[in-house]
Amino acid sequence: MSKKENIIPESEDTIEKEYSILNLGPTHPATHGIFQNILKMDGEIIHEAEPTVGYIHRAFEKLAERRPYNQITPITDRLNYCSSPINNIGWHMTVEKLIKCQVPKRVDYMRVIIMELARIADHLICNSVIGVDTGAMTGFLYIFQWREKIYDIYESICGARLTTNIGRIGGFEREWSKSTWDQIHNFVKEYPKALKEFANLLERNKIFMDRTVNCGPISAKMALDYSFTGPNLRAAGVDYDVRVATPYSSYQDFEFIIPVGTAGDTYDRFMVRQEEMWQSLKIIEQAIKNMPKDEPFHADIPEFYLPPKEEVYNNMEALIYHFKIVMGETEVPKGEVYHSVEGGNGELGFYLVSDGGRTPYRLHFRRPCFIYYQAYPEMVKGIMLSDAIITMSSMNVIAGELDA
Amino acid sequence: MNEELFKKLTEKISAKFPDAIEASDIAYDFPAFTIKKEIIHDVLSFLKEDEEMNFHFLTDLTGFQTEDEKQLGVIYHLHNMIKNYRVRVRVFFDINKPEIPTATDIWPGANWMERETFDFYGVRFKGHPKLKRILNVDEMDIFPMRKEYPLEDQTRDDKSDKMFGR
Repeated sequence: MSKKENIIPESEDTIEKEYSILNLGPTHPATHGIFQNILKMDGEIIHEAEPTVGYIHRAFEKLAERRPYNQITPITDRLNYCSSPINNIGWHMTVEKLIKCQVPKRVDYMRVIIMELARIADHLICNSVIGVDTGAMTGFLYIFQWREKIYDIYESICGARLTTNIGRIGGFEREWSKSTWDQIHNFVKEYPKALKEFANLLERNKIFMDRTVNCGPISAKMALDYSFTGPNLRAAGVDYDVRVATPYSSYQDFEFIIPVGTAGDTYDRFMVRQEEMWQSLKIIEQAIKNMPKDEPFHADIPEFYLPPKEEVYNNMEALIYHFKIVMGETEVPKGEVYHSVEGGNGELGFYLVSDGGRTPYRLHFRRPCFIYYQAYPEMVKGIMLSDAIITMSSMNVIAGELDA
Repeated sequence: MNEELFKKLTEKISAKFPDAIEASDIAYDFPAFTIKKEIIHDVLSFLKEDEEMNFHFLTDLTGFQTEDEKQLGVIYHLHNMIKNYRVRVRVFFDINKPEIPTATDIWPGANWMERETFDFYGVRFKGHPKLKRILNVDEMDIFPMRKEYPLEDQTRDDKSDKMFGR
């Protein structure tokens, strides 16, 4: 390096500037997923970035065109796998909208509990990983046992941990057991302490703030232009939240606030997610407190909801429905619906067109990650490489959702 | 609220662009309009620029193929966050000449969504800054979401509709 400096002529305008090309990814420990960025570097400063996506593209939209409605749920798991219950339930609600099914209030509230737990798990990973990328491993290791506890709750409800396939069209697969409720109560009681400690580690930490304040900012105007949603849009100062704008699953019954940032930088994104976890806890508490009793845990839609095994063996109709549902032969009306839920990363939309056949005619997932990641080159232009890494982790780009 | 919005939008669009609307409905959730291909760009920018409607947010953009497999379509989902208006705009065109103007100059966020639509359906967006494949490999020479490429082996007939009385 020093040798090269010596031969550089003194007058500035005769120098022909050359950029170096750096391949960040496709498999790089700092990008937390399989995506490549071809960076044009001017020393440590990024001059231009060219993202390449699609490394784990699995053609979900094509797959969905050959699958009965019940069998699409496992596909949605694999979109944003940090909060798969939200995807599952979003899909169930889309189908319920198409078949015009009214679910009991109790199901709504149970769904709210699960979705908010999933949101906590999602934000918790994102926030602790921002810590790791800025060099603070402690928070990550410490807080991760609480994600484990959330996964235990999923496990006791549906038997799976990461790709949950939770719930059914119309409600839940079974009543929650006493131990599930105990775990939820326990989580709501114990988690605030852990979150408080995690907040103490990072929120006002001088080193952390120096690294994240003013790092990768985005203005509200640009965020809207690039169709940002979720915490990333709210960090830029726009108070748009699907749960409030178009309430689904009885979200209108709950009291909570939408935290917003001002600068839209990494620190704001971190703080918005942090506050959203507190709000999620508040929502869960309300849902537990106001949970309707003596209501079933699923809607009365025998064409879609699998009957209990006992009835299948003893009841002719139940046997027929069981066969039809398992073979995926249920009648679905013609129609075109768009339903969106507030996923971990923003507005997760399902655009479903049915032609009355056994499978969707067209199913499109509006994946928030895919849409806001296109602003990444613009956000990292002119900043340091190490800042680009934490900008990416604070945007919470999940490869599964990006590539579908 | 949706019926009101539907009425207002129909009036506004047909006042500005007579016979632009080929079809319209409000079946499930929000108003949907099928707009003539020739003026789709004008209608979209009108929907954004109009002070009352102001659909400043592009929620979604995706491709579509009609059942007769002769036409392709593009579906736009627009949103006005302040008044919480949503609208679906569809446009259909011949599959052999899949060309419509880009929406990237109206909403920059349409960039990757249009690339995705091009990737899967082969819709050419005129004026797009960089129209190339995004999720599939560059060497791919088909548009995989088109119905002419069925997913499963077509020799398999145990799942055909006629087995179930349809």
